[in-house]
Amino acid sequence: MEHTTQLVPLNWYLLLSTFLFCLGVMGVLIRRNAIIILMCIELMLNSVNMLLVAFSSYSGNSDGQVFVFFIMVVAAAEVAVGLALLVSIYRNLGSTDIDLLNKLKW
Amino acid sequence: MNTLIYTAGLGMVCLAMEILDLRKLLVPVILLGLAVIFGVNLMSWADSGPVIFAGLDMSSMLLVDHFSVAFNGVLIVAAAFLFAMSHDFYKDEQHHLSDYLTIIVFILCGAMVLTSYSNLVMMFLGIEIVSISLYILAGSRRHDLRSNEAGMKYFLMGSFASAVLLFGITLLYGASGSFKLTEIASYAATYGMDSPMFLVGSLLVVCAFLFKVAAVPFHFWSPDVYEGSPSLVTTLMATLVKVSFFAAFYRLMSSGFAGIDPHTSTILVIVAAATMIVGNLVALKQINFKRLLAYSGIAHAGYMLLAILSLKTNSASALLFYGATYILATIGAFAVALPVFSSTGKETIDAFDGLGRKKPFIAGMLTLSMLSLAGIPPLAGFLGKYYIFSEAIHNGYVAITLLAVITSIIGVYYYFKVILAMYTKAGEDTEIQFPMLYSIVGIICVALSILLGLWPGGLMGLL
Repeated sequence: MEHTTQLVPLNWYLLLSTFLFCLGVMGVLIRRNAIIILMCIELMLNSVNMLLVAFSSYSGNSDGQVFVFFIMVVAAAEVAVGLALLVSIYRNLGSTDIDLLNKLKW
Repeated sequence: MNTLIYTAGLGMVCLAMEILDLRKLLVPVILLGLAVIFGVNLMSWADSGPVIFAGLDMSSMLLVDHFSVAFNGVLIVAAAFLFAMSHDFYKDEQHHLSDYLTIIVFILCGAMVLTSYSNLVMMFLGIEIVSISLYILAGSRRHDLRSNEAGMKYFLMGSFASAVLLFGITLLYGASGSFKLTEIASYAATYGMDSPMFLVGSLLVVCAFLFKVAAVPFHFWSPDVYEGSPSLVTTLMATLVKVSFFAAFYRLMSSGFAGIDPHTSTILVIVAAATMIVGNLVALKQINFKRLLAYSGIAHAGYMLLAILSLKTNSASALLFYGATYILATIGAFAVALPVFSSTGKETIDAFDGLGRKKPFIAGMLTLSMLSLAGIPPLAGFLGKYYIFSEAIHNGYVAITLLAVITSIIGVYYYFKVILAMYTKAGEDTEIQFPMLYSIVGIICVALSILLGLWPGGLMGLL
């Protein structure tokens, strides 16, 4: 029996997630607001999740789908830490613009 | 495997002691626990083999072999030094003590996963356990803007690198159909060169590792983060974490990619050359001691990349030896620097002015650590460089080894800047408080550096 995921060729999944990943990379590089950067990193992680599910569904091997849960858990932990750091910066600076973080440079 | 379980258990014990209000006993209990874990680790040297846990064969996840046991031993010793120093370093922050120490115990867990994984899932988890804990520690001085900045910069760039790593792992999985290192290795041996997906995936994973070990051009985070973090956390990042990432990188290259393919080796040669040059040259101009050691760490990462390039039987022990000597010298240097920083309130090199006259013994410890980092015989740092360089020459990397020798000679200059500040400059009259534990850690590190320099066989013969 064919999965519904397999109605779309694998290459399209690959292209779509590469596109989303690059979008995330661009966002991280261009945007200056720490919250938007966090969202862009989430976009990168989720594009990887989609690709993993597609690969795992096509190869009939469930390891990839289990790994997706690991990624979700780790991403949640990462965001929790990131937001905590952001809150303490906001309390000190009153802003979430990362260009204001310029105390350390050579 | 038992080593890892006991370490995680030690972390739980630390949390429980916070609840029971036993903070005063925390450091002794952790040191005792680490001694036990070190013994457990030694015992697993003999019966390394398939890992059985609760009746299930876990060998496809974690593999206990001589490589992992030896690296775990080094990491446990490094962690013990850090905990011994934390007692005085966190004296004014007693109510947060257990938080900090527990996080460092869990970093040790992550580092152990990194030395013994046999599956890319475990590799990812190990990297994330170490990194996420470090984001917290780097930003742990909440009211200090510099610490905030260090934490945020490390967090943003670190999670970006994690995403790149994940994309690489996914492509490797898509190409080879498995996360297991053995299956990836057999895929790499048969189709590796012809599959663009596999090549791109391995390139992305290598880039993420180069970021984590702070190799040029992915090093920009490291000086800022080292400078802004609390000094003990800087020590942790520069020693334990860096060496565990190198162990993981070596494991990936040797058992995951079944040796190094020509594309990767070209990239690694260029990166290693750039790392040595940039690390050593930029370090010449630094006036902040932590920043100086950050660039020195970048330069040392360049030398350790040579061991990863070589990938022959002896290069694992050369990497182990180099990692151990680097850890000893860096912790020895920070064991002197931490109390000097807190007494003078400065973190620049001129904080050490006149230390040679005020505290000749302590200045001597810092001098020996600096000489070991610079690679002057008879200290262990010299032999570490010697083994790595001779491995690289045996495997045909002559030009890059020549560059490594030249840059390490340049490096001697900035290590001597610290030594000269201690002996030739007159300092202010601030009294330098030097707690007992710091000097014990410093003495042990320097003594081990000298011992390993005279009898390297103890570590070199292990792998």
